[in-house]
Amino acid sequence: MAINLQTVLFFLFSVIALGSAIMTILHRNPVYSAIFLIVTLFALAGFYVLLNAPFVASVHVIVYAGAIMVLFLFVIMLLNLKHDLSRKRGKVGRRAFALLLVIILLAEMGVLIGGSQLTGNGVAATPPAVGLANGPADSTKFSGSTAAIGKQLFTTYILPFEIASVLLLVGIVGAVILAKRKLTS
Amino acid sequence: MPLVYYLLLSALLFGIGVAGVLLRRNAIVIFMSIELMLNAVNLTFVAFAAHFKNLEGQIFVFFVMVVAAAEVAVGLALIVAIFRVKQTVFVDEINLMKW
Repeated sequence: MAINLQTVLFFLFSVIALGSAIMTILHRNPVYSAIFLIVTLFALAGFYVLLNAPFVASVHVIVYAGAIMVLFLFVIMLLNLKHDLSRKRGKVGRRAFALLLVIILLAEMGVLIGGSQLTGNGVAATPPAVGLANGPADSTKFSGSTAAIGKQLFTTYILPFEIASVLLLVGIVGAVILAKRKLTS
Repeated sequence: MPLVYYLLLSALLFGIGVAGVLLRRNAIVIFMSIELMLNAVNLTFVAFAAHFKNLEGQIFVFFVMVVAAAEVAVGLALIVAIFRVKQTVFVDEINLMKW
């Protein structure tokens, strides 16, 4: 594989994403976990740019880093979890069992990726002749631009789009009601 | 970049997310791990979209984001509601529904 800018950026973003993802799950303080998760999300936005999807990248940064993570930080600070910081972790046996499950899962995914026809030769330079839904792949028509995505989203996928808006409305109403009402123990 | 690199990276990120859900007891960190898993799947979608030169993968990412946003809003409201009752967000102390 030739060393070019894309390769260098891929490995740079990979190291950032994996490192901060590991820090997200290992750090004791949930505020730092949230900040490391934001770093992971920015690295993922870099991957989207590398993969010719600039609109997905910008929406990803706005929605995840801008909205969802702010919600996380608000809740962490609202709940004031400082007094829980010095708590001991779970039992050793349970943690070992969890790690074993994760290793089994990773091995399964590795076998699937290694054995699949798609990636068997590991070469993306020859795009396969099958488009999944649109017939033969047409490389000239492909771009992740806002115009192309908007056109698809508002014609072919207009019904899922509307359903998604209803889902968001239900989510808002549910969140307000849940956070407002006093639960009785 | 070959597709297989992106798939392996997504698998690793997903595995880290699973490890977070299984290892951590703080409900908020468990939620962040779930976000991590959703993002690993999103990366797979975009990588396949670029590989097949097909826009559908990118469009599906938006629907995953919508579901993630709704899930976070409702889930964090649930955590706040539970915190009001139990004064904790640690899942091994929230055992109201355990037999």
